[in-house]
Amino acid sequence: MKVLVAVKRVIDYNVKIRVKADNTGVETANVKMSMNPFDEIAVEEAIRMKEKGQATEIIAFSAGPAQCQETIRTALAMGADRGVLVQTDAELQPLAVAKLMKAVVDKEQPGLVIVGKQAIDDDSNQTGQMLAALLGWSQGTFANKLHVADGTAEVKREVDGGLENIKIKLPAVITTDLRLNEPRYASLPNIMKAKKKPIEVLAPDALGVDIAPRLKVLKVEEPPKRKSGIKVKTVAELVDKLKNEAGVI
Amino acid sequence: MAVLVVAAHDGKTVRSNVANAVTAASQMGSEVHVLVAGSNAGEAAKSAAAIQGVAKVLDAEDAAYANWLAEDVAPLVVKLAPNYSHVVMAADSVGKNIAPRVAALLDVAQVSEAIKVEAPDTFVRPIYAGNAMATVQTADKIKIVTIRPTNFKAAATGGSAPIEQIGGTGAGGLASYVGAELSKSERPELTSAKIVVSGGRGLASGENFKMLEALADKLGAGLGASRAAVDAGYVPNDYQVGQTGKVVAPDLYIAIGISGAIQHLAGMKDSKTIVAINKDEEAPIFQVADYGIVGDLFQIVPELTAAVEKK
Ligand SMILES: Cc1cc2nc3c(=O)[nH]c(=O)nc-3n(C[C@H](O)[C@H](O)[C@H](O)COP(=O)(O)OP(=O)(O)OC[C@H]3O[C@@H](n4cnc5c(N)ncnc54)[C@H](O)[C@@H]3O)c2cc1C
Ligand SMILES: Cc1cc2nc3c(=O)[nH]c(=O)nc-3n(C[C@H](O)[C@H](O)[C@H](O)COP(=O)(O)OP(=O)(O)OC[C@H]3O[C@@H](n4cnc5c(N)ncnc54)[C@H](O)[C@@H]3O)c2cc1C
Repeated sequence: MKVLVAVKRVIDYNVKIRVKADNTGVETANVKMSMNPFDEIAVEEAIRMKEKGQATEIIAFSAGPAQCQETIRTALAMGADRGVLVQTDAELQPLAVAKLMKAVVDKEQPGLVIVGKQAIDDDSNQTGQMLAALLGWSQGTFANKLHVADGTAEVKREVDGGLENIKIKLPAVITTDLRLNEPRYASLPNIMKAKKKPIEVLAPDALGVDIAPRLKVLKVEEPPKRKSGIKVKTVAELVDKLKNEAGVI
Repeated sequence: MAVLVVAAHDGKTVRSNVANAVTAASQMGSEVHVLVAGSNAGEAAKSAAAIQGVAKVLDAEDAAYANWLAEDVAPLVVKLAPNYSHVVMAADSVGKNIAPRVAALLDVAQVSEAIKVEAPDTFVRPIYAGNAMATVQTADKIKIVTIRPTNFKAAATGGSAPIEQIGGTGAGGLASYVGAELSKSERPELTSAKIVVSGGRGLASGENFKMLEALADKLGAGLGASRAAVDAGYVPNDYQVGQTGKVVAPDLYIAIGISGAIQHLAGMKDSKTIVAINKDEEAPIFQVADYGIVGDLFQIVPELTAAVEKK
């Protein structure tokens, strides 16, 4: 079966972001961009399925500006076979991304779609669940372990109280959690090979998808700053402060 | 129009964060209804009816709802949604799983993890691990909103709303529940604890977390951890505090052997008082700590445990 993985281009998780002075968003010019870390986990899981003979082909999907090709190339260097970029400079919200992915799923007919549980920029945690809904498929969210066999997937999920096991019918959408696997680094020969792998570029219009944002961003601001505290020398001093100054114990 | 809060529960009581969701919902519309979907969830429905500010509880009984599979619960919410201006869920692992599925089926957007209701159609939500706050406005007719419980006061109990029995929508057959491996703990639940003791990679082993347990037990505290401590297998996944784990805002948060990466700060920086214990005086955690103490945790923690009075 084919496996489709989503790879979103986001500001690297190590970057300390800055809110734009005009409060319209976050500064993205000259900032290091990377693949969303949860999507690296998605790509890795698909590659392991291919290595086990469960996946025949891995397609890396991204939606966004032309530079998303770099993100797709990273997935190809890790081991994905080809890429699909839905190219647009417009703002994309999760529902629109899910609709674009659905259009590509309808065309490619994968048996499994793996996406990240959350993109670390917008922190929505929506796209995978929305895609599953639009396709009428089952969803294995926050996956800690995935086992695919005989038209079903057993998914161990990270939930509030610990772990939960479910069994879902394929085709399905999986969203990755942090402990699903440890993504590999691309080797130099594989980075070279990836340059020759094909990336198909599509326009949202050609897929017949309306991507107009549903949420209007009125403003983006800095969070309130905590006032800086003090260092204490001894445990006795700490206990005294907690009791008599903060009043919390 | 009324607002529908979809409650997670264990069959006996609704989760404590439902009371926070009711407070948020009452800021969005004129009347708050709570949906309790389950199999034999009558007791849980009663606990929802006791939350002040709830005008009506809908108790939907169906074997298909026993384990909260999104594939089966979402169609019920979709069926009820047209009667409401908003559907609200707490942004916990149940809400995060179900709400987006409901939104997509209704062809509407979702506002994730709202921390403030500016107006019935306008919400503030953190983005980039809480390093920016976005104010977003939705034009959708039915608004799907998950709320961050720590930012809304829990509604009091003492209410007595009527409970209406409604039918279920059956099982779709897409998914089935196999079982759970839940962490057993007598300690207060992390997200509602008044005090949280959290450990990081500095603890160096799962065995050493016993030291934190002793401190937590003396303080009546919940126990948390950094991602690094969870990844290393010191503690289970549900201990993780942070951008991609749980968000806590207790009166007192004690970070022990945690460096203070932005992803960790995202989950605890709204705590009232923060204490940091770390041997590296340059550790970023000290930038958000009200009280920092530089030194070896293996020395400081037992000393602290001995010095505090048992609660
Ligand atoms: C204040 C603010 C400013 C914004 N500014 C911009 C902007 O300047 N430019 C802009 O383009 N958007 C902007 N957005 C939109 C935002 O980035 C979108 O909501 C986002 O593209 C959708 O992803 P998410 O983070 O919400 O999804 P989530 O649901 O958190 O993502 C989960 C997973 O879905 C998949 N996924 C999501 N999006 C994509 C994608 N595009 N390609 C491939 N896979 C994907 C990934 O696997 C990801 O791990 C802004 C939003 C806000 C609130
Ligand atoms: C996509 C993504 C999501 C993430 N989500 C989260 C999240 O939700 N939550 C989270 O916590 N992290 C998250 N992280 C990880 C985060 O970036 C950090 O790696 C992590 O928080 C570090 O954990 P730590 O502070 O325990 O470990 P370290 O950074 O290794 O810090 C250990 C600290 O212990 C101190 N120490 C060591 N020994 C002693 C001693 N004997 N006495 C006193 N102090 C000592 C050290 O000085 C150091 O400061 C995420 C990362 C990514 C990429």
